[in-house]
Amino acid sequence: MSALSANTDGLRRRRAVNRLMEAIATAAAFAAVVVLGIMVVSVARRGGAAIDLNLFTKTPHPFSFTNQPSGLANAFVGTAVIVGIATAMAVPVGVLSAIYLNEFARARVAFLIALALDVLNGVPAIVVGIFVFALIVVHHGQSALAGSFALSILMIPLIARATQEVLALVPQATREGSLALGVSRWRTTLGVVLPQTIGAIVTGTTLAVARVAGETAPLLFTSSIVGDRLQWNPHLALASVPLKIFEYSESPDPADHARAWAAALVLISFVLVASITARALAARSRRRMGLHR
Amino acid sequence: MATAVTIQPERRVDLTPQATLPPPERRETVFDIRGLTARYGGVPAISDVSMEIYENLVTAVIGPSGCGKSTFIRCLNRMNDLVPAFRAEGEILYHGLDLHGPGIDPVAVRRRIGMVFQKPNPFPKSIYDNVAFGLRALGMKDGLDGRVEHALTQAALWDEVKGRLKMSALELSGGQQQRLCIARAIAVEPDVVLLDEPASALDPIATSSIEDLMHELKRDYTFVIVTHNMQQAARVADMTAFFSLSPAGEDGRRSGMLVEYDATQKIFTTPADRRTEDYVTGRFG
Ligand SMILES: Nc1ncnc2c1ncn2[C@@H]1O[C@H](COP(=O)(O)OP(=O)(O)OP(=O)(O)O)[C@@H](O)[C@H]1O
Ligand SMILES: [Mg+2]
Repeated sequence: MSALSANTDGLRRRRAVNRLMEAIATAAAFAAVVVLGIMVVSVARRGGAAIDLNLFTKTPHPFSFTNQPSGLANAFVGTAVIVGIATAMAVPVGVLSAIYLNEFARARVAFLIALALDVLNGVPAIVVGIFVFALIVVHHGQSALAGSFALSILMIPLIARATQEVLALVPQATREGSLALGVSRWRTTLGVVLPQTIGAIVTGTTLAVARVAGETAPLLFTSSIVGDRLQWNPHLALASVPLKIFEYSESPDPADHARAWAAALVLISFVLVASITARALAARSRRRMGLHR
Repeated sequence: MATAVTIQPERRVDLTPQATLPPPERRETVFDIRGLTARYGGVPAISDVSMEIYENLVTAVIGPSGCGKSTFIRCLNRMNDLVPAFRAEGEILYHGLDLHGPGIDPVAVRRRIGMVFQKPNPFPKSIYDNVAFGLRALGMKDGLDGRVEHALTQAALWDEVKGRLKMSALELSGGQQQRLCIARAIAVEPDVVLLDEPASALDPIATSSIEDLMHELKRDYTFVIVTHNMQQAARVADMTAFFSLSPAGEDGRRSGMLVEYDATQKIFTTPADRRTEDYVTGRFG
């Protein structure tokens, strides 16, 4: 029998195992998609009806059980401010640590930093919340800034890892081309390496924003004692969408429940759109880099 | 003795390297290399290389694969500093200054000693920005357009790209990319240009345009070129260094060494060393 014949028993068994594993993996992948689908549909069914302009333009009406227009404008503004500031804090730190990790650190230091980023990535959000509470809130009280700081801690490892992965793909020859001109390493990094990674930085940031926009636990400690007025000032504690969802879910007023579902639908849609955009951007920048090699 | 290598007739007689090779007493030394040993992770890639490289000449480095040609030339502008496991011993005096001495900044070294690599490595930028990047980074911003045009002209690329300077350099052909890399290197006005097999990925026409370029430019620059191609060495170089692998030592390891260094004509017609003769006549690998 030829060595390439398909009729040996071992081969047949291996084929069967292979097919079984493939089926299990496919089923698991489908299960994930199905869970997401069911979640989106059920949130949409319950919240869809309550999505109207008032939701975004009006603050909560002071009384429950009223037909007066009511909305969550303060929560959307609060989340936008908190996440916006968190992004502004996390992007420079994340990108710079990725640059240091990939371009400057010696092997051992790089290993430590990568490890630290991974651990940070795994720290539960509530632990970050308590940490920021003890560090800032205990002394200065709650504020959107404290909330942003907590969220930025969650964003940094995501942004840093996304950036570092693409920095590692930039060919060494590109760096050498610049260094051989007598250009410093910093100038080389900023001038010829970093421009190739902008796409990845945007992608990583978008994913990180999507990830923290719905975070509740860190804000519970840092920005939860809030009124219903529309506020922009980050020195004050600001309302946020996830906390409002939690609060309304406990309300006796069914209209509040509907608004909580509506807010959840907005949040989930935002995450979906952001993730899809991020994937598209990532695919595009990878294609571009492919050209470079 | 008949050599297997035919030294091709020069296209322009006045540029024949041998015609321009000044007698030893009139050569200016740029590099004085003394006992250079270079190791990667403790393993020597070249051992005890001593030679002088002269100003406004083209010096070729030839030899079999793995004999340390790239390692050698990358020592000359401290490009190997980027390799963590790399260590060099011995002296490389550049105009009398030890390149590995204390207080020498490798960035400043590379500022004076440029390099063109085997594989064209244009930046993922426009043609214009490829040349302008170094000029801007090094503060040579006055008359930027003129400098870019001059460098591209010197690299014999201007006529081909002058209408599309905004185009991505990655859309150029391999030969054009390599000339762009040469333009980029000479735009910042170094003293020395090191070329590590610059033509190995190019067709004969692109290769010969790069060789012509070196003939043209050596009035202003000192060139050191690594090449696998002996005809190329014979055509472009005034001086030629033949590197080879040493016989296996006690540990069974072989490292690169300089076998012979002389005027190109001598190396290719009447080499002093048997190994050189074997190599240039094609009897050895
Ligand atoms: N970055 C590196 N790390 C470890 N060893 C290296 C490195 N670069 C080169 N070497 C080793 O040094 C020796 C000489 O390599 P080098 O590239 O200098 O040879 P070469 O003469 O340029 O060869 P080729 O003609 O194939 O380009 C080889 O044994 C190689 O394995
Ligand atoms: Mg080489």
